[in-house]
Amino acid sequence: MTTVAATAHTAAAHHDDRSFVRKYIFSTDHKIIGIQFLFVSLFFLVVGGLLAMQMRWQLAFPGQPMPGGGILPETMAPGGVILPEYYIQLVTMHGTFMVFFAIMPLLVGVYANFLIPLKIGTHDMAFPRINMWSFWSFFAGGLVMLASLFVPDGAARAGWTMYAPLSARHDYSGASLGQELWSVSIIFVGLSSILGSLNYITTIINNRAPGMTWFRLPLSVWSLFVTAILGLLALPVLSGAAIMLLFDQILQTHFFDPPAGGQALLWQHLFWFFGHPEVYILILPAMGMVSDIIANGSRKPIFGYHSMVFAIVAIAFLGWIVWGHHMFVSGMNPTLGSSFMVSTLIIAVPSAVKTFNWMGTMWRGNLRFHVPMLHAIAFVAMFVIGGLSGIFMAATPVDMFIHDTYFIVAHLHYVLFGGSLFALFGAITYWYPKMFGRLMSEPWGKVHFWLTFIFYNCTFFPMHILGMAGEMRRIYDPSQYTFLQPYQPMRVFISISAFLLFASQLIFFVNFWWSLWKGKPAPQNPWDDNGLEWSLPSPAPHGNWDRVPSVYRGPYEFSSPQVAEDYLPQHKKLPTDREPAVTSAPSH
Amino acid sequence: MTHAAATVDQMRPPYPAERGLDVYNTKLGMWVFLASEVMFFAALIGTYVILRFGAPGEWARPGVVLNIKITAFNTFLLICSSVSMVKAYAAIQDGDPKKMRFWLLMTILGGAMFVGIQVYEYLHLVERGFLPSGVREGSELAELVAKGTLPAATMGLYGSTFFTMTGFHGFHVTCGVISMAYLYVTKALPGKYTKQDYRGIETVGLYWHFVDLVWIILFTIVYLI
Repeated sequence: MTTVAATAHTAAAHHDDRSFVRKYIFSTDHKIIGIQFLFVSLFFLVVGGLLAMQMRWQLAFPGQPMPGGGILPETMAPGGVILPEYYIQLVTMHGTFMVFFAIMPLLVGVYANFLIPLKIGTHDMAFPRINMWSFWSFFAGGLVMLASLFVPDGAARAGWTMYAPLSARHDYSGASLGQELWSVSIIFVGLSSILGSLNYITTIINNRAPGMTWFRLPLSVWSLFVTAILGLLALPVLSGAAIMLLFDQILQTHFFDPPAGGQALLWQHLFWFFGHPEVYILILPAMGMVSDIIANGSRKPIFGYHSMVFAIVAIAFLGWIVWGHHMFVSGMNPTLGSSFMVSTLIIAVPSAVKTFNWMGTMWRGNLRFHVPMLHAIAFVAMFVIGGLSGIFMAATPVDMFIHDTYFIVAHLHYVLFGGSLFALFGAITYWYPKMFGRLMSEPWGKVHFWLTFIFYNCTFFPMHILGMAGEMRRIYDPSQYTFLQPYQPMRVFISISAFLLFASQLIFFVNFWWSLWKGKPAPQNPWDDNGLEWSLPSPAPHGNWDRVPSVYRGPYEFSSPQVAEDYLPQHKKLPTDREPAVTSAPSH
Repeated sequence: MTHAAATVDQMRPPYPAERGLDVYNTKLGMWVFLASEVMFFAALIGTYVILRFGAPGEWARPGVVLNIKITAFNTFLLICSSVSMVKAYAAIQDGDPKKMRFWLLMTILGGAMFVGIQVYEYLHLVERGFLPSGVREGSELAELVAKGTLPAATMGLYGSTFFTMTGFHGFHVTCGVISMAYLYVTKALPGKYTKQDYRGIETVGLYWHFVDLVWIILFTIVYLI
């Protein structure tokens, strides 16, 4: 245990004399910025969830007063009965909050910030101040988006994809300030992502610890690196599009205004050129963190490390040439549609490589079903369902039928909730001790997992059936159509499951907050893992290491015959290991 | 890396690290940032190309609305400021901070003049009735539209794309001028740039050349064709 003593000594030697404001508010420490992102995006996750609950009430019990809906103003829900124009705001803002302010910052803002310097072995990001600006730009965007819920004529109401001309013309949508605030907020988010991405990329390329070669990087870092490249190149396109949309709204320009020669379809191309890489921004970091957790929970090296890396890169590359599959019914040339169909179907190959590798890792492993592992296994299972339904809609003729139905809603929730969010619950539980120095409750974590898993499937699986029956998404009251009336009991079932799913999250919420103060104090390496972050005390100190450790091997050396324990940390020097070459002499 | 031995210490990450790209972080960060800038301008320029080719009718002939001569001079000015930027970079590489300050100041002046002329151009255009939304009613340009010199159907798109693209370019030039002025006051004047460490000059120079390059493209496609 000499390494423990050594790091404990150096960590204590690192004196931290920053003021409270510089330490916790305008902090440049990557770990604090990660934690700031965590709290803010968990808040937006709750906001997005509350919006979804209101939608589910209306779909199950159309026209009936919502319990507690009396507090909403007359313009939204008079007497608690949700108005159609409020319903479309709910749809729009649920999608917007979940994609831009919950899942994306939870995956990238939290874990790219927190994990990259800890896992590659460096003191902080390459540009700590730019990193701080990235958080505050995101925060400003979030405030603007939140404020748009309370403006007189209501929030944006063109769906989270903001299709023009509905979004561009106030006289079409009926909302002016809400639409404009949406555009402004998205510009802030774009700026935040670009600043974050350039930081992550530079840090990973230049600041790895001695011996941390590219193919010794944990898969979480690989996936965050590739995600950062996607964000760097996709978000400027969204920002540009949002700027043009904003100009259409406030300067009366005509980019997306067909009567004056503008092209509404142009918005769809710009949006989905960003939007499809965005889909991979929302899933790749989850895949990476799940890979780390599954190797740990299986006590085996990850199966096919190199093929995992190449699959990440392949998915990211293909992600740029498939955006047209969101637009099969927009009137595009069928030949073009076929090429988008083929490129989309090819993505199934690297995705399947990853899935089989996860299963290969678990196969005959000495499985430890800790809470992060349960979530990681659920991620793989749910991602398979979401991935398979994705193949349905990649095929143009099938998509013609299911486009804009609840089948799509089911699919995207299987990858975003069943995929990303399960991975996030796992990741939060897994790295919580390194963030806060305490462990979350294991039994309550398991209760939360099982309730979430059950109610999640009860909520979203029947949506496939509704979609096949032809129920349109974003519709205020499906029961007004005769052919959809027989499915009303199913909608009630979905809604009750959704309410229970939301209620189950209360367990996680309480576990999270209770453990902050009352959780079991965490040991340095509670999961017996190999990553460099576990060579630090819990919580990790400011500046991480006084002197960064040297790295001697890859991150997945579990059950190695070379040592007595069933794990072999990356920084542990065995007698046979050579000291890695460094590029410059230590300055302190 | 022509400037090898003497510069190695300051222009590398200041702690032991695995070999990266052998460039210091700020320079690498700027290259990465410029990649995102390429995508941003690609979105704006791509939009312009698509709208212009899909426009419902003729596009306005070059030179009727926009004053090519003034902007050609402005383009020349910006290219000169790129040259002076290189001179500043070469001077500090040779270890001549005085010469570097002079050329950096010339670059700042060139950039500021470019923005000034662009503001003058905008004011003049608005006065003649050219707006982001198209042509103002009752203005000089509205008469040209009525006479058929300018196409009525596409003036809205012309205004939208012109002001958005050149406006965002002007915003980038302004940011560059402010950054260079900041570096001039906080780093160049106190003599913090040396033959061994001139990271700020090189990094802001990369940005400046990028902004210049974008302008050459914009000048060609917006003003000349």
